[in-house]
Amino acid sequence: MSTMSQDRPLGTTINDAATEPFWAAAKEGVLKFRRCTACAKPNWYPRAVCPYCFGDTDWEASKGTGEIYSVSVTRRAGPIPYAIAYVRLDEGVTMLTNITDCDLDSLKIGQRVKLVFKPTEDGNHLPMFTPG
Amino acid sequence: MTLRRKACIAGAYEHPTRKAPDKTVAQLHAECARGALADAGLTMADVDGYFCAGDAPGMGAVNMLDYLGLINVRYVDSTETGGSSYLLHVAHAAAAIAAGKCNVALITLAGRPRSEGSSGVAPRAVVPNVPDAPWESLFSPVTVNMYALVAARHMYQFGTTSEQLAWIKVAAAAHAQHNPHAMLRDPVTVQEVLDSPMISDPLHKLDCCVVSDGGGALVVTRPEIARSLKRPVINLLGAGEAVKGQLGGQVDLSWSAAALSGPKAFEEAGVKPADIQYASIYDSFTITVLMQLEDLGFCAKGQGGKFVADGNLISGVGKLPFNTDGGGLCNNHPANRGGITKVIEAVRQLRGEANAKVQVPNCTLALAQGIGGLLGSRHGSGTLILERA
Repeated sequence: MSTMSQDRPLGTTINDAATEPFWAAAKEGVLKFRRCTACAKPNWYPRAVCPYCFGDTDWEASKGTGEIYSVSVTRRAGPIPYAIAYVRLDEGVTMLTNITDCDLDSLKIGQRVKLVFKPTEDGNHLPMFTPG
Repeated sequence: MTLRRKACIAGAYEHPTRKAPDKTVAQLHAECARGALADAGLTMADVDGYFCAGDAPGMGAVNMLDYLGLINVRYVDSTETGGSSYLLHVAHAAAAIAAGKCNVALITLAGRPRSEGSSGVAPRAVVPNVPDAPWESLFSPVTVNMYALVAARHMYQFGTTSEQLAWIKVAAAAHAQHNPHAMLRDPVTVQEVLDSPMISDPLHKLDCCVVSDGGGALVVTRPEIARSLKRPVINLLGAGEAVKGQLGGQVDLSWSAAALSGPKAFEEAGVKPADIQYASIYDSFTITVLMQLEDLGFCAKGQGGKFVADGNLISGVGKLPFNTDGGGLCNNHPANRGGITKVIEAVRQLRGEANAKVQVPNCTLALAQGIGGLLGSRHGSGTLILERA
């Protein structure tokens, strides 16, 4: 069985004070996460206040590589099947995302993936991953 | 303060409807409230505590108490942890009773997701200012795939199989055939589960609960009052609650908040998993059951697949009869929240009022367990241990 991924309409992003710098970096092709300036732990989803020690945090660029922690091909939630996944970035945080530009039926937990950006309807760039 | 034997469940009512196109949500709440009070042998005027969650329309108790006409209420609680809310409500009601804040607490749940066309693959509503939404919603998390991710990881990490998960549905269906109100009453086989359409790998259609209209209500009261009523006295022995999320980015799908709420409940009750004669385990999906059974200590972590296989959850067949009403998988999942029905069936078992074919003989100790929210991202858990006095 093979199910080639297709791009699906991504809608518009939700924007708030926490997201603006993130979308700006994404337009430059960079995936950012936040790291605590006090305890040095990275956090995801990005929080201004550290979820481990309540310290302040700052943006940091990810290399955009990691591996699939879990993945599920959702086949019945609309006309286009898609793979929802948790990807563990090499920097040590795990993010909810989609795996795309591949045969969805071939995806495996533990597989190496790299960052790709997909455009949203409002012109932002959404971080997804593809095998490789 | 311990809650052990400080409060009793005196009334329990499950609305018989599974499709209510001609009723309002508030009306269903009222019909459930009426049913539970009649079951207990109490009246509207006796109710001085009221508990509801996100399924209650409007501003929770503010709108509902006015609609219901409950004018003697002096304690309200709208704790919201999704489908597990109602198990927390029982514990909170017991605490309020023990603290002298109320004597007769009413808990209601109702909804019409079937009539309103809701489903587990619909996009979840985006609520303003939810901190995780900007980072997740565009990846199309829906209810079913946020449980499927847990199932996929469990299979990878522990070797769990789709056949093992299917046994959970098979057991629920074996029970539902004896429940005249159940939405799905036909027995199913493991193969039929595996042959049902794949919704989100590895969860098939028959790994998913029903979408039903309906509701339920509970009456919690102090032991002196419960003993004065005509119904069997069902004591709360222990309760636990917990919430689990993504751990700041250290996502770990191998355990749920039941691993936190369960031990608290067992400690307070002074019993252990092997003592439990009947268990109501929230079954939004088959994987939800497997995860909770492991986390509550009915089997070791990773051994849930082997534990549920070969009918071990079927009353009269296996070691741990579960969800003898047919559960959310077959009977009822009103308001897309199954927590209250878990408590109701545990009460029926302890009273000896379950359907005869599935009644556990001499059932004196039962557990009710709920998970609400999304198992794969953020969820709440409530555990109750109940005894027949």
